[in-house]
Amino acid sequence: MAAAPESADSSKGGGLIGWIDQRFPLTKMWKEQVAEYYAPKNFNFWYYFGSLALLILVNQLVTGIFLTMNYKPSSAEAFSSVEYIMRDVDWGWLIRYMHSTGASAFFIVIYLHMFRALLYGSHRKPRELIWIFGCLIFLLLMAEGFMGYVLPWGNMSYWGAQVIVSLFGSLPYIGGALVEWIRGDYYIADATLNRFFALHVAALPLALIFLVIAHLMALHEVGSNNPDGIEIHDHKDAKGHPLDGIPFHPYYTVKDMVGVAGFLLLFCGVIFFAPTFGGLFLESPNFEPANALQTPPHIAPVWYFTPFYAMLRAVPSFAGTQVWGVLVMGASIVVLFFVPWLDHSPVRSIRYRGPIYKVMLAIFVLSFIALGICGLKPPSGIYPTLAKVATVLYFAFFLLMPWYTKLDSVKPVPERVTGHA
Amino acid sequence: MLKSWVLISIALFSAGTVVAEEEGGIALQPAGADIRNTESLQRGARNFMNYCSGCHSLKYLRYNRLAADLGIPTSELAGSLLFTSDKPFDTINSAMPKDSEGWFGKQPPDLSLIARARSVDYLYSYMKGFYVDKTRPWGVNNLYLPSAAMPDVLAGLHGLQKPVFKNEPDDRGSARMVLVGVDAMTPGALKPEEYDQFVRDIANFLDYAGEPVKEKRQSMGVFVTLFLLVFFVFVYLLKKEYWKDVH
Repeated sequence: MAAAPESADSSKGGGLIGWIDQRFPLTKMWKEQVAEYYAPKNFNFWYYFGSLALLILVNQLVTGIFLTMNYKPSSAEAFSSVEYIMRDVDWGWLIRYMHSTGASAFFIVIYLHMFRALLYGSHRKPRELIWIFGCLIFLLLMAEGFMGYVLPWGNMSYWGAQVIVSLFGSLPYIGGALVEWIRGDYYIADATLNRFFALHVAALPLALIFLVIAHLMALHEVGSNNPDGIEIHDHKDAKGHPLDGIPFHPYYTVKDMVGVAGFLLLFCGVIFFAPTFGGLFLESPNFEPANALQTPPHIAPVWYFTPFYAMLRAVPSFAGTQVWGVLVMGASIVVLFFVPWLDHSPVRSIRYRGPIYKVMLAIFVLSFIALGICGLKPPSGIYPTLAKVATVLYFAFFLLMPWYTKLDSVKPVPERVTGHA
Repeated sequence: MLKSWVLISIALFSAGTVVAEEEGGIALQPAGADIRNTESLQRGARNFMNYCSGCHSLKYLRYNRLAADLGIPTSELAGSLLFTSDKPFDTINSAMPKDSEGWFGKQPPDLSLIARARSVDYLYSYMKGFYVDKTRPWGVNNLYLPSAAMPDVLAGLHGLQKPVFKNEPDDRGSARMVLVGVDAMTPGALKPEEYDQFVRDIANFLDYAGEPVKEKRQSMGVFVTLFLLVFFVFVYLLKKEYWKDVH
């Protein structure tokens, strides 16, 4: 070995790549994960959102780094430093709008990505861990979005943080001390802003990246599901490749580029023509600096949290405490983790399920949208009642799943995938 | 697939309109301001410096940025806009001392972002909404900001206005006077249309001040969109080419 190191493994080729391949599994990884990763050929529209989520993650990381170069995480300077970025930093406005629009786009894409899983049973055995990693990513993303929203230190940042952080105060015994520990002060203050900055730019992105890698590793271990919800690995050719599979590269790299182009058209449309998106992506009161003495006329979290905020408000206080709303809101996320075991249908895809699942899924989507609208509105008129009904329906979709998925009729599942888009 | 994109974009944009409808009270008057109208912005800047900047700062807007964006030569800046000892690269500060809080009951707010925090229509309406109210310290109140602390500094231009009330029974049926608008009482130095244009220019200028890059952003967006449309066609054709052999 020592006498002829060059000939250590001639199968790995020569040149620079060969030199690297003898020391690092570059070509091996490329082949396993991309060029020879066989994905079902029948992915449809709903399968764009995974790669789009990855694109947005990169967008958030890169624009975030550039924002960090000019942002000042102190209660005295944060608001002004954001305006400095918007006005005096070269292309600062574009970087900031890419980041703020990216946050909302992230949630849109993730919600659609999760909906895809519910459509085609992507969470079912053997993909439960992919789903669980995904739920953890969603949970971290909510924390990331919340803390990021505090950083501009506008009045809605301030009061939104005030409302959300004080939720923990309703927990019995530990509540008060816990809230103080989170804030690092007796109210939302400089210390809070500083630690949220640390979590937003270092801790949470790091954890997110690890989880995304775990999500993809688990996916590539078991292979992708598809709109028919059947295993392509059951039918292989002589070389051992799935008959209904195609290499991810180049087929899905070029196809995902079409998705990227379509996404960028919408994304840039918002950035260049409606960056505040009518007060949904950037709320009007956030153009006033944080003011501990003056609440905005109506405090509402950013749109992507409103479904959960509506559930929180929908639950009345009972036995002298508001904690039930907080518990329900927490449960609405926790219940997601159990979906792979709540779903007892013999088939995965909605294509071969009966009418009950279709109706339940439609009700779930409608109740989620209704909750989102309720959370944006002040709690008056029909909204409190609507929020209560929608909360019940939201939970009904999950908690009744073991029964209705078993009761539901099924259609015969094909042996091979049907067509491609 | 195109159809799905269209559906999603419709869903997104209809969500955007949800916010617009709320808030009761008196409807705002549409300003009809146009941020691409440079002359209007120049007049607005002049009006602002003459009538507003004594009390209100624009602490995030620099004189030289303003001059460059509005096509005002730097040489003209000193004579027509820069009245204080500020340098062209300074931001626009007001003449109010720090301890002036007691003068009006509150410090006159900085107006850099007021158009974004409220709206252009709000600013336009507000400047047209003053009416005589003897119960207020400055003898005036505002239709759009009840108990406004600001005196009617533009009264000389638009004249005094009186409130218009309407009788409206409340929930329990007892009569109640509701403020519904304002009406001219005495004539001012400007005709009503002239005054409308005067405040429209200020509102337009404050819209500019809220986001100096707004006009550039929108015009740039057109080219970005055109590029992406072409890009979309190319990647779509590329995808079709690659996928020819997938059956």
